[in-house]
Amino acid sequence: MRRTFSMGGVHPHDCKISADSAIETFPLPQRMYISMSQHLGAPAKPLVQKGDKVRTGQLIGASAGFISANIHSSVSGTVAAVEPYADLAGNPVMHVIIDVEGDEWDESIDRTPDIVRDITLSPTEIIKRIADCGVVGLGGASFPTHVKLSPPPGKKAEFLIINGAECEPYLTSDYRLMIEHAEEVLLGARIMMKALGVVEGYIGIEDNKPEAIKKMRELTASSYPEIKVVSLRKKYPQGGEKQLIDAVTGRRVPSMGLPIDAGVVVQNVGTSFAVYEAVQKNKPLFEGVMTVTGECLDSQHNFLLRVGTPFEKILEAVGGVPQKTAKIISGGPMMGKAVANLSAASVKSTSSLLLLTEKQTKRMEESECIRCGKCVQACPMGLEPYLLNKLARAGRMEDLEHNKVYDCIECGCCMFTCPAYIPLLDYIRTAKADVMRIMRSRPKK
Amino acid sequence: MRKLIVSPAPHVHGDESTRKIMKDVLIALAPSMLVAVYFYGLSAIKLLLVGVIACMGVEFLIQKYLMRTKVTVTDLSAAVTGVLLALNLPPTAPWWVIVIGAVVAIGVAKMTFGGLGHNIFNPALVGRVFLLISFPVIMTDWTVPASWFRPGVDAVTGATPLALVKEGLAQGMTVDQIISANPDLTYGQMLFARAGGSAGEASALAIILGFIYLLVRRVIRPHIPVTIILTVAVMTGIFWLIDPSQYTDPLFNILTGGVLLGSVFMATDYVTSPMAVKGMVIYGIGIGVLTVLIRYFGSYPEGVSFAILIMNSIVPLLNKYIKPARFGKEVSHA
Ligand code: SF4
Ligand code: SF4
Repeated sequence: MRRTFSMGGVHPHDCKISADSAIETFPLPQRMYISMSQHLGAPAKPLVQKGDKVRTGQLIGASAGFISANIHSSVSGTVAAVEPYADLAGNPVMHVIIDVEGDEWDESIDRTPDIVRDITLSPTEIIKRIADCGVVGLGGASFPTHVKLSPPPGKKAEFLIINGAECEPYLTSDYRLMIEHAEEVLLGARIMMKALGVVEGYIGIEDNKPEAIKKMRELTASSYPEIKVVSLRKKYPQGGEKQLIDAVTGRRVPSMGLPIDAGVVVQNVGTSFAVYEAVQKNKPLFEGVMTVTGECLDSQHNFLLRVGTPFEKILEAVGGVPQKTAKIISGGPMMGKAVANLSAASVKSTSSLLLLTEKQTKRMEESECIRCGKCVQACPMGLEPYLLNKLARAGRMEDLEHNKVYDCIECGCCMFTCPAYIPLLDYIRTAKADVMRIMRSRPKK
Repeated sequence: MRKLIVSPAPHVHGDESTRKIMKDVLIALAPSMLVAVYFYGLSAIKLLLVGVIACMGVEFLIQKYLMRTKVTVTDLSAAVTGVLLALNLPPTAPWWVIVIGAVVAIGVAKMTFGGLGHNIFNPALVGRVFLLISFPVIMTDWTVPASWFRPGVDAVTGATPLALVKEGLAQGMTVDQIISANPDLTYGQMLFARAGGSAGEASALAIILGFIYLLVRRVIRPHIPVTIILTVAVMTGIFWLIDPSQYTDPLFNILTGGVLLGSVFMATDYVTSPMAVKGMVIYGIGIGVLTVLIRYFGSYPEGVSFAILIMNSIVPLLNKYIKPARFGKEVSHA
């Protein structure tokens, strides 16, 4: 039996229509909008002022706290403004806005195409370099990578797992990296294993990507024997940290726990690539691969894109927004965010722009719960979404806590599957936030 | 600027709908309906039509004129109830009995509780049991009406196998004697097709076909039907081993008295069965045990309907206290 996670999950259509589009370098726009809040935790503190000249790769935002991350300029030019600018939801966030002039990189960055295989830095130096280069998790939550690589005292990592599941429909950026930059991804993993002091590594890839599995198997067999390639039976949300750990190692992260509680650190393919570039090439994280896709578009793309590129510019480059488009999503269709503001700019973790038509994305009118239990069956955390929805609507906080709403990973499987079209996750998400707030405000025993 | 939809994830849906599920249940019932029409001809067609029209009609009237809410008959749940009610009646049931059954099933058992999703008891079964108690003679008149498909076979009585056995035992016969006195009580006939009993139980095979369809389409999970059938087999097996002259064997018990129809189509009704797998198993065992107890010690020769209704009543309790297996161990909140 091919491995997968043990409970719940759904099978959305794959729709990886951009899988065969090779990575193309996206041309530099005239103006860049670089957010100071591209990671989980405290926003970075801007280090430049209007009128300053900056170079590509220069530090322009300083990490402000333990959980925070550095931000670097993705272009060279003149700072036009440091001011709030609307993000994709339309909320004002501090941005450094830069008028692009040429493309002059910081000299310390190694721009040669050669793959650097010798890892010369020590574990502490690696972690420091990753922090300096502003690397964050590119799989979703944008958690600063150096923090994840520094387990709290008393906790020890035993394995590193590279998340190559890319279980969201449509997304292909990790796939393209695994095909076009397989060795760099593996080197990134080797670097992180050194930083963590672990000797066993895995890369989990869903079996809808046989080419990536083959490529990785060949490379690991010849040069990276410490990393095992695990082929995973396609099922969403395989890329959820807890699900991936379960699928690969059979261990279950405890309720409310973190991967490190099961002795595991998970990083995604994009992050691994960024770690390689940071540590071996001294290149800060200021560009990444982004999928631009949708059946309504004439062409499908995977762009190598600088951070801070406005969505409008990206959409212009693919021929504009087709008339049929009803929703534009940053990220995948299961967990991505709907874009309300097209002048918002890309951030480090923007993995895709997905254009859906009304037919593909329209929400149907909600009807009565028929108690079919399909949501219970689909929930990868073993929760009862129909019940959480009911309790949430009634505002019953205690019962919600008792029924473990806090374990919800917001994967959307319940809502995806509900035949009565009940917007289960809308209510569960809010209830979860409320319950967690109450739990945190309680005095610790 | 164009207007984009902005709503939270997930942005796509898996394409299932209540209506599609109900349609699948109707398709799964099709083999049993066809067998009924084959055996009972016009009577079966009348039974099914009146059942469906009455159930959908009652729901429509109540929603439109009494509750004044959105009419949801197009979700086809009332049609399913109509077919199930019809298949659980004797083929000779007069039209007005079916209509009364529909009023009780939809009006009392379903809408009074708030409609689809809120009822505690399986509507079709409530309708059937109400009729069984109110019109015991009509409801146990197992005359097999004429059918165009079986010319030359005139109306005959087709008492149910369980009734035949019960009667025979009461007259002091042994099981073997009863079976040899009734040449149509062979496994082959019960499995493939045997006239007699309620309209939907003529062919075990037709029900099994429907069961497979429901499993393949992932409409239901196997847990409930399988536990019921296994429980009935084990329980009756014990009695049979103790005294085969007084008790029929497990296979006979599974193929008769609506065990298959009940466990596949009635006990799996979403609204009135448990959500978690563990709950489903307890529920299935409960139905199996009660069915056998009612058969052997109660006054009705079958018992599946009552057993399901009794277990329906504890489903809310099962859902409340039997939780699905959660992911990950509980950590102490210390
Ligand atoms: S999937 Fe929808 S209809 Fe089915 S039990 Fe869950 S909430 Fe109710
Ligand atoms: S969104 Fe939450 S409740 Fe719904 S299936 Fe995912 S984990 Fe379960």
